[in-house]
Order: sequence, then structure tokens, then C-alpha cells
Amino acid sequence: MTDAGFILGSYVITFGSILIFAWRTIRSGKSLSDGMSDEEKPWL
Amino acid sequence: MTLDSPSTVSTTSRRGTATAATRVLGALTIVMIGWLGVFGLLLSPADRDQGDAVRIMYVHVPSVWLAYLAFIVTALASAVHLFGKSHSLQADRVAGASAEIGVVFMAVTLVTGMLWGRITWGVYWQWDARLTTTALLFISYIGYLAVRGLEGSRSQRARRSAIVGLLAVLEVPLVHWSVKLWRSLHQEATVLGTDLDVSLDGLMLFSLFVGVVAFTLLFLWLLLHRSRVLMMIDLSAETGLDAALAQRRAEGGVTP
Repeated sequence: MTDAGFILGSYVITFGSILIFAWRTIRSGKSLSDGMSDEEKPWL
Repeated sequence: MTLDSPSTVSTTSRRGTATAATRVLGALTIVMIGWLGVFGLLLSPADRDQGDAVRIMYVHVPSVWLAYLAFIVTALASAVHLFGKSHSLQADRVAGASAEIGVVFMAVTLVTGMLWGRITWGVYWQWDARLTTTALLFISYIGYLAVRGLEGSRSQRARRSAIVGLLAVLEVPLVHWSVKLWRSLHQEATVLGTDLDVSLDGLMLFSLFVGVVAFTLLFLWLLLHRSRVLMMIDLSAETGLDAALAQRRAEGGVTP
């Protein structure tokens, strides 16, 4: 594969950004929901 | 040392923002993103002109599609908040969550585009019509997120950001059609051009389709989780304010 560094780099940046954003979202959801009852979570 | 048995673990509150539906959606998204990696890097053929550099298209185009979709959802939710009878704060949260997702994927679009440009044009950046309008769109939504964080009551902040959200979305068609409106180094739309002519090899088109479906599912999954997080942030702020007011009343000897 020619220009492998640029091509693989673009996949690493894309999937890495997705992973970091998803992980941060899930983590903040878990820490915020700790202090709340189920009645305050209408999605449950 | 003692181990928690199921009977000793608290069952009064469930953690996180997940439901059965988001778990299914998340699993589907992971499978589709896995397929995107396989098709994009291994199964799709190299391009006659661009060679293997075309493989960047399978993450670059779905990223910009997701960013456009996110900004359009922000505008629609902003309209619901601004013009709806109840001025729904839930619509405002959806707008905010969608804009955050859009900004992340607009950044990914810019970076992957720069890497692609370095291979095909020999430079990372050119002040070309498409690149410049894309950078402006990115900055506009950074501004939108900054407006969301300004001082004021919850409804004031929601109203202000809804107006910005409705104005900023006008840049999306400008970015998309910039390659037609001005002479541009950037290639024209790969699939949805003005003549709707699809000039891609079958497996390339399928790989791109896998990417667009994967990123659309990802958007829905992120939007559900992120808007629930924003709802809890609002709720904690209200609870904190109520507790502070109660404390001040107690200090002043005022009974509610």
C-alpha cells in the first residue's frame, strides 16, 4: 500500500476520535447518574 | 475481605445513560465500523488515478456527512425550541448534543482531508473555496458551543443558542456547493453532485455506503447518550441551585 502512513493515520484519527468521544460521554453519564434516582432518568 | 453478593448491591438506581435499545444500536454500530475498516482498507480496490489514497475517502466522506447531519439536526431542534409553543428545553439539549457531535466530526473531516490533500496535492492546506468554507463552518459551531456556555438563565441561553444554530446552518449548503460556485482544487461531490451522476466502481460505492450507514448509526447512538448527559447536567445545576438557596434561607433564619 502506497502512502500507508497517511492512510492508516486517517483511520486511526477517525476511530480514535470516535472512541475518545464515546468513552467520555459514557463516563460522564455514569458519574452524573450516580447521584440521581431512577425517577430522574426518563429514558429508563 | 468480603465480596458483594447480588443481594447486597444497591438496586435503587441504575447507572449511566444506556437502555436496551442503545445497546443494540451500539452493537450494530461497532459491527458496521468493523466492516468499514475491512472494506476501506482491504477489500475495496485502489483508484486508477489516486491509488491507495482513495481509501481515505471511506472515513472522510462519512465524517463530513455526519457533521452536516448533526448541524441540520441542531437547526431543526433549535427551530422546535424557538417556535414551539412549550419552548422545549429537551429540544435545546438535543440541539446542543448534536452540535457537539458535529464539531468533533468536522474536526475529523478537516484532519483527514489535510492528510488526503498532502498525498494528492502535495500540501496539507490551501486557502481554497471548499477548505476555507469548511474551516469557517467549524469555527461557527465552536462559536455556537461558546454561546451555549454564556451567562444567563437556562431559557435565555437556550433562546440565544437556537438563533445562532439557525443562522450557522445556512453555511452547510455554501460549503457543499462551494466546489461548483468557485474554482476549487477540491474534487466535486463524489456521489450527490448536481447531476446525480455516480461515477464510482461498485465495490468503492459499497464501501462508501457502509461508511455512511455506520456513521449514521453512530450519530444516533451518540445523540441519545449525549442529550441524556446534558439533561442530567441541567438537573444537577437546578438541584445545586435549590440546595444553595435553602442554605442561604437557613443562614438568614427564613423558613420556606
